[in-house]
Amino acid sequence: MIKKNLQPLALHVPEPKQRPGDAPDFSDVVVPPAGKLARPDSATPAADLKEYPYALIRVLDDNAHAVGPWDPRLAPDTMRKLLKDMMLTRAFDDRMFRAQRQGKTSFYMKSLGEEATSCAPALALADDDMVFPSYRQQGILISRGWPIPDMMNQIFSNKADRLKGRQLPIMYSARAASFFSISGNLATQMPQAVGWAMASAAKGDTRIAAAWCGEGSTAEGDFHSACMFATVYRAPVILNIINNQWAISSFAGFAGGEETTFAARALGYGVAGLRVDGNDPLAVYAATAWAAERARTNHGPTIIEHFTYRSEGHSTSDDPGAYRAAQAGSAWPLGDPVERLKVHLIGLGEWNEARHSALADELMETVKAAQKQAEANGILGHGLHQPLETMFEDIFEDEPWHLREQAAQLLEEDAVRRVEGQH
Amino acid sequence: MPRMNMIEAINSALNVALAQSPDVTILGEDVGYFGGVFRATAGLQKRHGKTRVFDTPITECGIIGVAVGMAAYGLRPVPEIQFADYIYPALDQLVSEAARLRYRSAGEFPMPITVRSPFGGGIFGGQTHSQSPEGVFTHVAGLKTVIPSNPYDAKGLLLAAIADNDPVIFFEPKRIYNGPFDGHYDTPTVPWAKVDDATAEVPEGHYTVPLGKARVVREGGDVTLLAYGTMVHVAGTAVAESGVDGEIIDLRTLIPLDIETIKASVKKTGRCVIVHEATRTGGFGAELSALVQERCFYHLEAPVQRVTGFDTPYPHSLEWAYFPGPVRIKRALDAVMKD
Repeated sequence: MIKKNLQPLALHVPEPKQRPGDAPDFSDVVVPPAGKLARPDSATPAADLKEYPYALIRVLDDNAHAVGPWDPRLAPDTMRKLLKDMMLTRAFDDRMFRAQRQGKTSFYMKSLGEEATSCAPALALADDDMVFPSYRQQGILISRGWPIPDMMNQIFSNKADRLKGRQLPIMYSARAASFFSISGNLATQMPQAVGWAMASAAKGDTRIAAAWCGEGSTAEGDFHSACMFATVYRAPVILNIINNQWAISSFAGFAGGEETTFAARALGYGVAGLRVDGNDPLAVYAATAWAAERARTNHGPTIIEHFTYRSEGHSTSDDPGAYRAAQAGSAWPLGDPVERLKVHLIGLGEWNEARHSALADELMETVKAAQKQAEANGILGHGLHQPLETMFEDIFEDEPWHLREQAAQLLEEDAVRRVEGQH
Repeated sequence: MPRMNMIEAINSALNVALAQSPDVTILGEDVGYFGGVFRATAGLQKRHGKTRVFDTPITECGIIGVAVGMAAYGLRPVPEIQFADYIYPALDQLVSEAARLRYRSAGEFPMPITVRSPFGGGIFGGQTHSQSPEGVFTHVAGLKTVIPSNPYDAKGLLLAAIADNDPVIFFEPKRIYNGPFDGHYDTPTVPWAKVDDATAEVPEGHYTVPLGKARVVREGGDVTLLAYGTMVHVAGTAVAESGVDGEIIDLRTLIPLDIETIKASVKKTGRCVIVHEATRTGGFGAELSALVQERCFYHLEAPVQRVTGFDTPYPHSLEWAYFPGPVRIKRALDAVMKD
């Protein structure tokens, strides 16, 4: 019964500050100056790192100068490699998005504006460190030099797709690149990465693991389980949270982002938590390198929140214009990762506009040539798929009788279809 | 030949597996120092070390998620879920991950994981320590489901499951851990050591019972009884008390299923009664019934009968009213023999 002498309760349902029709406004985003935050020793106990989940590691300042103790002091060649990886990722995204719009595949997801959160960690980790990505980390495969046509074969689900057309486009798997099979179910990869890292530690190996999920996915129980196991066993793992502000149409407030930062979840677990400017490739590199050193020296896991912005829709199936302010990506106060690193390199005298646009052209040609190569193997729905019986392979190591029967049934149906010209 | 109960047989299997392969790793709630709430892992941490047999936080999702990651590394994890009733938080990791990883990675990431879990009722465990959720897992493409009914099979099937390169759900009928159960709740349990049954004789060393091979427990000409786990013994009681010449088949493995043994028996007897403790609707008995009907229709003399638990949560005080005991099975036998 409602008691009339007491104040009625009210349910808080989060609401983003702008909706379609509003001008984008990020005035509430606190952007601390670059270079001011101290860089603690990577062995520092988590209890002494309490300010970091609420701070923001930034290396590149407003003039794209690298400043402060987190500057990883990368060699120009390394920075050019990072720039190229991000640009190739962007060109790849651009072409594959178009390919979906042209009906060549069913689905695509771009990483525009977030390229640094994949390409920079990939560079800071060893090539044989195991990564457990989510669905927007194509930059890792690209950074590790995985063949572009192979990625496209997967996207087209064609006859050359190593995954035999079984997975939704972009759900790659590349064991040879220490890249785990991507799941569409969210955050499942987080405890898996912890388990891999625990196994590596139990075996006295030297390789560490890293996982990625979105800020929205941190709401899943798997994320909590991952943090729990990671802290209990001091697993050599890096748990990356890509806070790109949006989970499809739900702003970060629906994942608890109104009350605290995502990096601050580390505090409750006694895990080191860093919050980094996700559009600053050097800061992302530095944070990953710090966490990797911590993991490699048996000082345990790190949770890194990458503060960034999803400049495009969630996927080709999404229309962000239906739920958020237009042009928000270009208004994002932390800028664009490609542009920031480019200006930095130019400032160092290690790059120039002419080289940049020549590289952009060259990468687009690379991607186009790769696409031509992949399309020769078929595009989705145009017949050049894997043989029908492969549908029944790899369910078990050996095919049991019930699957053999079903495979035979399918081949009989197919024979009927061919005779009758039907589906 | 030493005689062992099912717990000792499972413990022996785990000990052999740990000694044979440095990749076998046991994890679960209370399985380490203490040795498990049913003592299935007793002594294993001391013998094989803390990094190979260890306690975990209470998160089944985490236990299986971590096991998936360990398998991706190359280990052969044997996680324990303390009671099958607690397996549901791990469902996504089992159904969407472990079961599908070989498939979705086209063989890059096989998942040699054996999930052990005590299941079934008859111990006054109430609704949270009694369930038989095998039907949840037999419905999933990519999982094997194994349920032993005696100490010899428990060890042999568990060693086969651990050696298998695919994920196996290994349900242990806890009602018969210490001795077989005739289905009458007031009969005192006779320990496996004192039962006149060769299946309580368990070799110390390594051997396997292959997955996918049923066992004809009792030959008979009148009717085929399909059962697994505890219900193999309860079916035996019903056959003995009814005087019907029943042929009892212990399926041992639900997926992959030994369809040939089932077919041969039903074609011989012309009648079939399926017995399981799990709830009825959509249970594995429905699948068995359909398979028998599809493959043995013209040999059947009577409709296939299912004897199961009721479609209710597992009750506490009314446990024995729920349990598909000898009375329920005998009524089904009578029904098929009348036709």
